[in-house]
Amino acid sequence: MCRNADLQSLLSIDDLTVGFSRPNRSISAVRQVSLAVAARECVAIVGESGSGKTQIFMAAMGLLAGNATAQGSVRFEGAEILGAPPPQLNRIRGSKLTMVFQDPMTSLTPHLKIGTQLAEVLVCHAGKSWSEARVAARRMLERVRVPDPARRLNQYPHELSGGLRQRVTIGMSLLCEPLLVIADEPTTALDVTVQAQIIDLLRAMRAQIGMALVLISHDLGVVAGLADRILVMYAGRIVESADSAELFRHPQHPYTAALLKCIPSLSGPRLERLPTLPGQPPQPGDPLEGCAFAPRCPRAAERCQAERPLLRDAADPLGSGITRRVACHFPLSS
Amino acid sequence: MNVHASVSMNDLLLGVTDLCVEFGGRAVLHGVTFDLYPGETLGLVGESGSGKSTLARAILRLIRSSKGSVVWRGRDLMACEPAALRPLRRDLQIVFQDPLASLNPRMTVGETIAEPLRIFEPGLNAEARKARVGGMLERVGLAADMIGRYPHEFSGGQCQRIGIARAMVLGPQLLICDEPVSSLDVSIQGQIVNLLLDLQRGVGTAMLFISHNLAVVRHVSHRILVMYSGRLVEIAPRDALFATPVHPYTRALLAAVPVAPPPHGAAEPYRAPSVAEPQVGGPPIGGPPIDDAPLRAASAASPPAADFGCAFRDRCAYAVGICGTTVPPLEEVAAGHWVACHRSREFTASPLPPKD
Repeated sequence: MCRNADLQSLLSIDDLTVGFSRPNRSISAVRQVSLAVAARECVAIVGESGSGKTQIFMAAMGLLAGNATAQGSVRFEGAEILGAPPPQLNRIRGSKLTMVFQDPMTSLTPHLKIGTQLAEVLVCHAGKSWSEARVAARRMLERVRVPDPARRLNQYPHELSGGLRQRVTIGMSLLCEPLLVIADEPTTALDVTVQAQIIDLLRAMRAQIGMALVLISHDLGVVAGLADRILVMYAGRIVESADSAELFRHPQHPYTAALLKCIPSLSGPRLERLPTLPGQPPQPGDPLEGCAFAPRCPRAAERCQAERPLLRDAADPLGSGITRRVACHFPLSS
Repeated sequence: MNVHASVSMNDLLLGVTDLCVEFGGRAVLHGVTFDLYPGETLGLVGESGSGKSTLARAILRLIRSSKGSVVWRGRDLMACEPAALRPLRRDLQIVFQDPLASLNPRMTVGETIAEPLRIFEPGLNAEARKARVGGMLERVGLAADMIGRYPHEFSGGQCQRIGIARAMVLGPQLLICDEPVSSLDVSIQGQIVNLLLDLQRGVGTAMLFISHNLAVVRHVSHRILVMYSGRLVEIAPRDALFATPVHPYTRALLAAVPVAPPPHGAAEPYRAPSVAEPQVGGPPIGGPPIDDAPLRAASAASPPAADFGCAFRDRCAYAVGICGTTVPPLEEVAAGHWVACHRSREFTASPLPPKD
């Protein structure tokens, strides 16, 4: 499957498998995932915890745990970066390709002032002097709408609220005008009112800087407001890929449909029972025959137990012209 | 069976009056007052640091309160001697947010669920106890043969089922759920919420359901309490809170919930009633800085300065002079709908009051 060899793609991942070795067995967190992100595009990866959505990008960034192995190919601007030596990776990550993590308290260094941490990025990656870098750091804090930036530069991470800390880490990820920012659950640790502000900030920064954005999230509500395209993951594989509005309007994979139905709503009739998805997702390491979702799927038939459905181009009933892909023997459109 | 049918407004189960808590001399809970009736589910919402968990723990006397009373079926828990409090605890149970951390890793599931029975029903012989534990496991959707396993062998959702089994095995009259589904995936959330509702219907337990997920709270609650910075700012029957929220903070909270577009043919997504332009979400691109500082002020680490003014005034588009000087009292704006805002009368009288 080399569909993603497209030279237009900023990031292209082909047939990526990430495994972890345990004392008595090895488990696969990501199984043969292929995806591509074009310049300036916002792609969201959604899925439950353990579905492998984070590990794809940990592999891409060279941040996998010591007992992990990655196979396949990850190319950034055409160059292979999977397993590249750290000096080569360091020319890219932190400058052209950056990452924002879920918990802004643990992703900032507690014993360095905000200003030092921000300036360091420019000193290391852009060859700026410390004084130039501090000026640029201050300007970036203004751009991510941190009030009173001069004072904040001299503060430590613990002196900032969670929302301000996440503004700082987003600012840090943008300092070198990256081509691609990977944001891993950037609002999950925040309150709902602050979350709304951070979503707005990401939207504004995309408009200003024009970077591509990969948004990893379990919250379809958060993703809905930002993403152009959504990839749904289940048990280490992509099971559906579609234009954002289309995915919400006409989910084709039964898992996507069930996931959407599970979101309790603020409107409409109040239900006596919340809709649920019966059963549990497979544990990493469980042997998977056929479709991983089959045990929980209302549409599963014999074929689903025996034969794993491949991710293939799906019907486009509305003729939107955007390629949809779904990995299901009995997608909902049929 | 309808949840509402079991609610009786006649006999009070729990009456909390003017409850205050201080940490290191700083007030974090300011005079909270509310009632809870048998079989009723009260939703409690607010952002982190607003005092939701502190309130829950103060009610159960897991932390010390500095002032106020908690009257449980006619007895003031705050005035009880510890020895007198103990037998009452069988009716007052709690389920915590982190399902794994709230279970003892060195106890089997069977031992964990049997512990409340050992304490409160010492007359039960081992066989009868085992039967009760096995029955409880099945009621929470786990197989009875899992009785000898340890917490680490279970998923997060299963651990939460175990925590619920431990809390419900004595058939308590009050179950406090402190963010019971916040750490769970959305596909598992519904299972746990439905389980809680099923058990509640069977036993007639009243619930105080703490959550920052407004949609879940809407589904489980009869009435909803909104907290901000250690105070109750709005109390309303469920439908009134979503249809006609009054306090500017409640409206900001509702407007901030990110909404996924509905599937084809389903109901339109929820839009917070447009009494005011949304106050959160920040100004448009290129707008002035947003100050998160009021959020910091609301955090437990640095609660707002003592008793003057409305704690929300700095973030409120409608704040006027009096908001900086006087704490607004809770006033009833409609039947059962209480709001602590100096301008609540204006908000309920006209749909779009002038901004000052």
